[in-house]
Amino acid sequence: MARQYATYYLGDEYFGVEVKQVQEVLRYQEMTRVPLSSPVIRGLINLRGQIVLAVDLRRRLGLPDRPEGTLPMNVVLQTDDGAVSLLVDRIGDVITVADEDFELPPENLRGVSREIVRGVFKLDGALLLVVDPARVLDFERRAETLAA
Amino acid sequence: MSLDNDLEEVVHEFLVESYENLDQLDRDLIELERDPKSAERLGSVFRTIHTIKGTCGFLGFERLEGVAHVGESLLSRLRDGRLLLDADITSGLLAMVDAVRIMLARIESEGNDGEDHYPSLCARLEALQEEVAASARPAPHEAESMMETGSPREETPFSTEEEMSEIETTGVATPAAPLPVATERTFSEELEEGRREGADPEVRSSGGVAESTIRVDVHLLDRLMNLVGELVLSRNQVLQHTQQRSEAGLAATAQRLNLITTELQEGVMKTRMQPIGGVWGRFPRVVRDLAVTCGKQVDIELDGRDTELDRSIIEAIKDPLTHVVRNSIDHGIEGPAERLAAGKSATGRLRMRAFHEGGQVNIEISDDGRGIDPEKLRERAVARGLLTHEQASRLNDREAIQLIFLAGFSTAEKVSNVSGRGVGMDVVKTNVERIGGMVDVQSTVGAGTTLRMKIPLTLAIIPALLVTTAGDRFAIPQGSLLELVRLESDVAKRAVETIRGTRVYRLRGELLPLVDLKHMLRIPQESDTGSEAVNIVVLQADGRRFGLIVDAINDTEEIVVKPLGKSLKALSSYAGATIMGDGRVALILDVLGLGQEVGLVGRSHDQGVGAQARTPGEAGEAGSGDEAKATDAILVVGVGETGRLGLSLSAVDRLEEFPAERIEISGGQEVVQYRNDLLPLKRLADLLGNSLRASSDGEGAGVLQVVVCSRDGESVGLVVDRILDIVEENIELRRRLSQPGLLGSVVLQGKVTDLVDVGTLMDDLASDTPTRVAA
Repeated sequence: MARQYATYYLGDEYFGVEVKQVQEVLRYQEMTRVPLSSPVIRGLINLRGQIVLAVDLRRRLGLPDRPEGTLPMNVVLQTDDGAVSLLVDRIGDVITVADEDFELPPENLRGVSREIVRGVFKLDGALLLVVDPARVLDFERRAETLAA
Repeated sequence: MSLDNDLEEVVHEFLVESYENLDQLDRDLIELERDPKSAERLGSVFRTIHTIKGTCGFLGFERLEGVAHVGESLLSRLRDGRLLLDADITSGLLAMVDAVRIMLARIESEGNDGEDHYPSLCARLEALQEEVAASARPAPHEAESMMETGSPREETPFSTEEEMSEIETTGVATPAAPLPVATERTFSEELEEGRREGADPEVRSSGGVAESTIRVDVHLLDRLMNLVGELVLSRNQVLQHTQQRSEAGLAATAQRLNLITTELQEGVMKTRMQPIGGVWGRFPRVVRDLAVTCGKQVDIELDGRDTELDRSIIEAIKDPLTHVVRNSIDHGIEGPAERLAAGKSATGRLRMRAFHEGGQVNIEISDDGRGIDPEKLRERAVARGLLTHEQASRLNDREAIQLIFLAGFSTAEKVSNVSGRGVGMDVVKTNVERIGGMVDVQSTVGAGTTLRMKIPLTLAIIPALLVTTAGDRFAIPQGSLLELVRLESDVAKRAVETIRGTRVYRLRGELLPLVDLKHMLRIPQESDTGSEAVNIVVLQADGRRFGLIVDAINDTEEIVVKPLGKSLKALSSYAGATIMGDGRVALILDVLGLGQEVGLVGRSHDQGVGAQARTPGEAGEAGSGDEAKATDAILVVGVGETGRLGLSLSAVDRLEEFPAERIEISGGQEVVQYRNDLLPLKRLADLLGNSLRASSDGEGAGVLQVVVCSRDGESVGLVVDRILDIVEENIELRRRLSQPGLLGSVVLQGKVTDLVDVGTLMDDLASDTPTRVAA
């Protein structure tokens, strides 16, 4: 079976999330920061009256912050907990992938990436990392497991 | 169109209607008990049951039909005047209503009416039919009809002793006053009518009210409310823009938009309003059941049933109200004997009143019971270690009565049998304050107690004060706002004083603790602005006042409250978010949450815990690196003057009291003989070091409060000074402690509490090393 994925980039890495989970893709939006919250949360966005939590995927994956002056893009996802925006570097195309190109993440993928990346699509000339939105948002529990 | 869907819809309709009818039934039955011959109510009860029975037969719910049938037969006897309603029959009918409810719930969840035929209930109802309860009642004009039927009630095998005593003690079943003949006639007429109407379920819904109302899905209303919220925001934006332009036409249009939006907002809010009667409806039943259990006689009086409240608020006050009513009957109203001795009527009165005042709803719950003795409260507060003698004696009577709202005050008795409910008046207060309300209590010894709640009409759109700090805007709900103070820079230097690091301001002679919002939210200070004016927002939370320092105070505005997602719920500082006129998001501050933070900040761990727990961790990860979270029931105990320790309730076996003489020494270890075994004792005061030891040997030395913990058949008794409370909340380890036997510090009910590691303590005992620190 073929599926459609909305793709985006963090640095040179190529990521994707299933299209049906995506509400929309937006340019940089102004955000209101939330003091005391996790650094992963960059703020709240007003999306036509809907309040959307913006999660910095770079920070979530433990990547260095974007250089000063570069503005992130928003991939807004529908989740059980309302709309959530993933802040990414660049937006790619919506592509169709085949199930047989899917493979579980390699054993030596570790740490945060292991938690968040559900698997890999082997495309021509690139690897598409499939991110599990639910796990991306599960940073609270992660903090706890670290502490334990 | 499938038949299944149709049927489903019919069943759904049936459920909705039946639930409504059952609520009405509860009320009717209680009313009937007072006035057993009210034709109107008897008719209504009969019709309800008949409708349920009829529809069940149609839908094929045989068991439900069976129960309803027996109930109906009993009711028809009542209706024919062959039986007079008494406490016994009422109890039977109420039990039937409960059974019907259970079955309806089952139909709702599983689509069938369950396996239970309720044979004992049916038998009980049938037996009740056989009785001539009426023969025992002096109701002369009914004598003829009474002669015809069965045996006197005393002979029935189903009137257990309990039920009999119930009849004696409730006293609700007072003999009815003889009715005038005229009423008698309408009564039978009405019954005829009832029979006719009852025969056709459709007739019921064609009453006058039904035609002018429609049933609307609550979700649709919620959605409308949201849309109106959006409209209010857009309106605010439009108004802001028009202010910057000077076009006559635009200004007029904006003006009209403004008016229409306001009216629409009010209209939609009204659709969400429900009369409080919906919640109150269940109180006659609650009161009756409780009165019977407590062996008291209580009359309940409900005023202002039609007072309307937003449905979200009704939900929120349900439990607090129930708790207050319980308290009134349990502690307030005396037993009949005591009441008579005090020169009151044997039947106590509980009055619930609701009314609108100043854009708020007022709810009063008053009883004519024994009242609250402020002196006793003072003593208890001291005994529980919540106040010192001096503090207690300084309280005036009014203030002393407010002590019932202190955490760990009202619950303490119940804690002693661990199964206690664990809710006290403090929970009532917290819940009401959470929705922006206020609670107040007044009492006169011997004459009764009145509890007042002031509650906002709605939660969705609230007036709020907007403030700015470090470039961010925050909304503060107006409900908790007391006043605003602005100190110009030269004044501020003198007026803001410090007490050991805590800033205070003398507000009309009283010290007002100050907190900088920037500080609380740990927003990095850009520059030290010592030379500027100081803006203080004076807030009140949980009866405590404090001043919040902000950079600027902007304006008040009606804001639409939007909830925060799960990931932000854990932050107690925010109540939600809202969208401002310029389209940006602003956070709504939770004043209660902030207040609790302040309570924490005011204590000794200020910098230590705060900074440590919240320092952003490495690699840009969650700042909560060192925090562990869990929900657990915690038994809070007091040790020494001020020590608060928490024990996981799952580790606690029993709470015991031992006289100090029973302590014996075995192998250098304090023990008591307990249940044919030796129970080693461990004084928790030792864990906290010597400083807190002092009082444990002093006053309370006569009786030891012991928390018995067990593991793998081994028990240990932990000696504490006071049992304070059981708290169930999300605990968050604020600081790990290196001390053996302590897990770390948490904040419970706004106070720092050290969690005891029961496991380690037991390990210590097992390894047989006496771990007493003090010599």
